[in-house]
Amino acid sequence: MANTKTAVPFSGTKEQEARLLKLIEEHKDQKGALMPVLQGAQEIYGYLPIEVQEIVSKGLGIPLEEIYGVATFYSQFTLNPKGQYKISVCLGTACYVKGSGDIFNKLSEKLGIKSGGCTPDGKFSLDACRCIGACGLAPVMTINDEVYGRLTVDDLDDILSKYGA
Amino acid sequence: MYRAHVLVCGGTGCTSSGSARIIRAFEEELRETGLQDEVKVVKTGCFGLCALGPVVIVYPEGSFYSRVNPEDVKEIVDEHLLKGRIVKRLLYTETVQEDQIKSLSGTDFYKKQKRVALRNCGVINPEDINEYIAYDGYQALGKVLTEMTPDDVIDVIKRSGLRGRGGAGFPTGVKWSFAKASVDDQKYVCCNADEGDPGAFMDRSVLEGDPHAVIEAMAIAGYAIGANQGYIYVRAEYPIAVKRLEIAIGQAREMGLLGKDIFGTGFDFDIELRLGAGAFVCGEETALMTSIEGHRGEPRPRPPFPAVKGLFQKPSVLNNVETYANIPQIILKGPEWFASMGTEKSKGTKVFALGGKIHNTGLVEVPMGTTLREIIEEIGGGIPNGKKFKAAQTGGPSGGCIPASLIDTEIDYDNLIAIGSMMGSGGLIVMDEDNCMVDIAKFFLEFTVDESCGKCTPCRVGTKRLYEMLDKVTKGEATLEDLDKMEKLCYYIKDNALCGLGQTAPNPVLSTLRYFRDEYIAHVTEKRCPAGVCKKLINYSIIADKCKGCTLCARNCPVGAISGTVRMPHTIDTAKCVKCGACVEKCKFGAIVKK
Repeated sequence: MANTKTAVPFSGTKEQEARLLKLIEEHKDQKGALMPVLQGAQEIYGYLPIEVQEIVSKGLGIPLEEIYGVATFYSQFTLNPKGQYKISVCLGTACYVKGSGDIFNKLSEKLGIKSGGCTPDGKFSLDACRCIGACGLAPVMTINDEVYGRLTVDDLDDILSKYGA
Repeated sequence: MYRAHVLVCGGTGCTSSGSARIIRAFEEELRETGLQDEVKVVKTGCFGLCALGPVVIVYPEGSFYSRVNPEDVKEIVDEHLLKGRIVKRLLYTETVQEDQIKSLSGTDFYKKQKRVALRNCGVINPEDINEYIAYDGYQALGKVLTEMTPDDVIDVIKRSGLRGRGGAGFPTGVKWSFAKASVDDQKYVCCNADEGDPGAFMDRSVLEGDPHAVIEAMAIAGYAIGANQGYIYVRAEYPIAVKRLEIAIGQAREMGLLGKDIFGTGFDFDIELRLGAGAFVCGEETALMTSIEGHRGEPRPRPPFPAVKGLFQKPSVLNNVETYANIPQIILKGPEWFASMGTEKSKGTKVFALGGKIHNTGLVEVPMGTTLREIIEEIGGGIPNGKKFKAAQTGGPSGGCIPASLIDTEIDYDNLIAIGSMMGSGGLIVMDEDNCMVDIAKFFLEFTVDESCGKCTPCRVGTKRLYEMLDKVTKGEATLEDLDKMEKLCYYIKDNALCGLGQTAPNPVLSTLRYFRDEYIAHVTEKRCPAGVCKKLINYSIIADKCKGCTLCARNCPVGAISGTVRMPHTIDTAKCVKCGACVEKCKFGAIVKK
């Protein structure tokens, strides 16, 4: 779940802002444009800090509090930056009954971060996710776009070491 | 003309286990052997047997290769495609019998299945509209636009007995007739592809394997109710489905099957794709519409129903993906054909996502009225590791757990409701004796607490309190009185919550209380978790006779709770033990037990 303002200072570039403004322009006259714009904005910046929400607010003419409301409602929007390697452990039912809870706890212990957190060096972030639909491989986790299935707790060290942990 | 086709599953399950690499390897290997003009590689949708992925089928023989590695590809090309010798080592073992190779449809997994909604999944290339058209695609739309009135269409759907596959089972034809009856200058057709139940992936497989079936059906719905615009609301967690839908919509527009003046009949219809952003409640119809409008996805009170005031305050129809996937075939084959399958009140077939403690995890489609036993024991191949079947969970967080004593129940909408569960979208999670039912109920409540949108109090506060009570039970801190209180609270929430999410949230608790009360009572009175799951209630101990004193456990205990001298039996200090289970995993002599 999204929480309050991040400790990491905003470092958006002019180029990113130009892309965002172009995106807003494209969606401006579309009904219900806010969601597609926020999704695009998150793709550009990686997260939705208040500075980005302000640009969207101005561009679409929607009050900032409404945008904040939407950004904090949906679990895919994040107000905090994510790690270089985003780890998501599936806690959907099929994975859960096959022990993904243990996988999650072990990762949390190994990385020293809780759900939604990011290691201080910005390398790893850890999230629990809902079913990604790869139930045949349960239990499953993803690191960025790579999927790891049929996991056991013993596999974790090897996997993390691939990413230089 | 190609002399052979290599079908590689491109569904999410197989893609996750590396099917894209298999496709590349085939293409490379075929080029090297000069077979590229004789053999075609096709990326299809889901075959259903996800447990055996990545899956490859070679036609015309229909050889079903399972768990294929990129390194195996060369052998398949050299042996099978070049020399005509099937690579037995890689065949799905079920298809090999005493030196004979059975066809896939003869295996236990496929024998009892009847594929209607999934008929094209794993058969056609979903990214090529021509393949869909070759399988009678868009013929139903043509028939509807040129030969039928909107009332005819609604009448056919009504007579087919089709009910909503999203879970609640409302008759689809009736829903359409309400939206048709509303008079307005603009109406909408929506598709609910926000498949949020954890462990359910039926809709995803339809979208990935046969996206045009959904598009065609939405156009048919548009014609029936008088709408010219459709929206598909799909989970962003399904990138492959999103991509294939984009491709499919683009191709349909190019061919004039979407857009202005379809088939020269003057009927206009177009579809826009909207992505969800990870909110379970958006699977509820009014919340979904609020979300498309660009707001927090909170449900609205009904009435007014969406058929009167839905998306953007206009009359709208919302159906689930699987519901739509049935429509073109009902139009083409007739309502009587559809109504001949299933039970008295539930017609047709249902797709289930089989998962959990079962051999053949994957996607199955069976006629309504098939028993749970047939699905689990015959199609699913039973429970692995010689364990005993304990319960099946249907309906996701809105459903309930069905105990072993009811395994012969014929599955249809009404029977499932009668035993305290529900059809839901079709997730079917199998559990064995190692699963604690209180823990499972708590798991689902944690989910609903997390996903409650917070608009109404019974759901926002009620589910949280219910979760806390369950937590007490799993910690051995609850009393028998608490169990009664819990039950009462469940009914308060059911009766008072605003939308389907809250109204069904207590189902996992109620159904486990009903069928597994013993287990709750063991937690409360004996402070014992019979399945050995609830950490607070289990203790580890070392059997002195079996312990060789190798010290491995003591060295691996993260909190130093194990002591003893070398070659002498060790002991665990239960006060220090954090019950992580590391010692059990390490012990080579099976000397550590959990009670």
